[in-house]
Amino acid sequence: MASPGTETGELIRVEGVSFSYGGIPVLSDVSLTISGGDFLAILGPNGSGKTTLLRIILGLTRPDRGRVTILGRPIEEFAERGMIGYVPQQATHFDPIFPASVREVVAMAVRSSRRRIARAEEEAAILHALEIVDMADFKDRRIGRLSGGQQQRVFIARAIVQKPRLLFLDEPTTGVDAETQDRFYDLLASLHTTEGITIVLVTHDIGIVNKHITKVACLNQRLIYHGTHDHFCSSGALKDMLAGGHHLVSHHH
Amino acid sequence: MHAFFQYAFLQRALGAGLCIALACAVLGVFLLLRKDAMIGHGLSHVAFAGIALGLLLGQWPTAVALVVSVAAALGIMKLKEAAGIYGDTAIAILSSLGLALGVILASVSGRFNAALLGYLFGDILAIEPAEVVLSVVLAAAVLAVTLIFYHRFMYMTFDRDAALAAGVPVRRLDALITVLTALTIVLGMKIVGILLVAALLVIPAAAGLQTASRFKAAVIGAGIVAALSVILGLGAAYVLDWPASGTIVLVAFLIFGILFIVRRK
Repeated sequence: MASPGTETGELIRVEGVSFSYGGIPVLSDVSLTISGGDFLAILGPNGSGKTTLLRIILGLTRPDRGRVTILGRPIEEFAERGMIGYVPQQATHFDPIFPASVREVVAMAVRSSRRRIARAEEEAAILHALEIVDMADFKDRRIGRLSGGQQQRVFIARAIVQKPRLLFLDEPTTGVDAETQDRFYDLLASLHTTEGITIVLVTHDIGIVNKHITKVACLNQRLIYHGTHDHFCSSGALKDMLAGGHHLVSHHH
Repeated sequence: MHAFFQYAFLQRALGAGLCIALACAVLGVFLLLRKDAMIGHGLSHVAFAGIALGLLLGQWPTAVALVVSVAAALGIMKLKEAAGIYGDTAIAILSSLGLALGVILASVSGRFNAALLGYLFGDILAIEPAEVVLSVVLAAAVLAVTLIFYHRFMYMTFDRDAALAAGVPVRRLDALITVLTALTIVLGMKIVGILLVAALLVIPAAAGLQTASRFKAAVIGAGIVAALSVILGLGAAYVLDWPASGTIVLVAFLIFGILFIVRRK
């Protein structure tokens, strides 16, 4: 299922992760792996623990039990953060009055990195990332003045400017119209196939399960499905999800 | 203008005022975007308790106030993070506690007097040469730290989660901004007075944020507004024979108001 030219080994391993908030279980004993070349969609209804799982994978939230390793190392000790790109949930992280140009937003990721590069190389990387997401013409525009879809493209440019091997996106199309969503998923597919980036996409929108996705993980506090896109569609798992029957289990790779 | 060359007290006021104003303006941009605009007022109440404690112990009140304010600022940070309390709520809780303790300590020590008020409401026109040096050191420290960590401060202020995921040591840098803020407030309070420090932390930064479409422009704009407020405010106070701190704040507000109206047009 990996794209041509991408690595295929295991990148991330989630083992027996559980998390509760204020005594209420959010995740129970979740285990899964993410391999190089995957385009994984983590699906589940609102409140199913998707964002929490993503935050635990990224090391932003500490699980009550279980552990996450990236390339065999515990996520808490993983220092090569440049290989990870992250686009958080837009509604919760973006202050529209923040006075930053598109260029400044993308530059934040490069200039906050421990890896120092020459100014000319940095400028080229910023421009290249903006060109990939088709936003180079907007580089001097204030980020708050862009549409939701354009802002998301800029945040993707920021996430990929350091050429990450892994890109995580949390509900990236919330508040974006249907046509823009289609173009957005085409962009992700292109990043997956052309740039060889492993993508993990968290969404409550089951309509995302399309030809671009290679693997699917369904979550509702527990992992109720983890397998390939083809198996998900052919085995009736998709129909079960749509009908709201969450009795599926097991992993199908 | 002639008076600035003639009177040493005005030169000291201008020098210290500009330094404190620049430190406040730069920190203020980050504080406002972090929705910590009230931290100036909050920590000044806490510093009151620290000064009262220092007077009670008979040991360097400003140093005790510094320690207490830094601890309180870190406490506000912890309350926000660990207890899930809003920033303004955390500030209100600790500032109320600070005020209450200050009143009790001052009353117990029987020194609720001019000495205590002198520490709280420093006078910009009565600045000592040593305080000018202290202001220069403070401003240099704030500007140097901001320059060194500028991009990381900006990233974590704009998008905390993405910065954390990118490996920015957000919690340590949070603590650094918090400690710098506490230092600026307590030292500024002693040198130029709490009214001026609290105002200079907020109004120039708000003016800079009003007008800029780039972050760097907002920081530079805030610095310019702060400097203009001190220069024009001191000049106006001298000419009109008005209180200097109040006049500087008034000028800062006028500049903010003009920028607000111009931007709306």
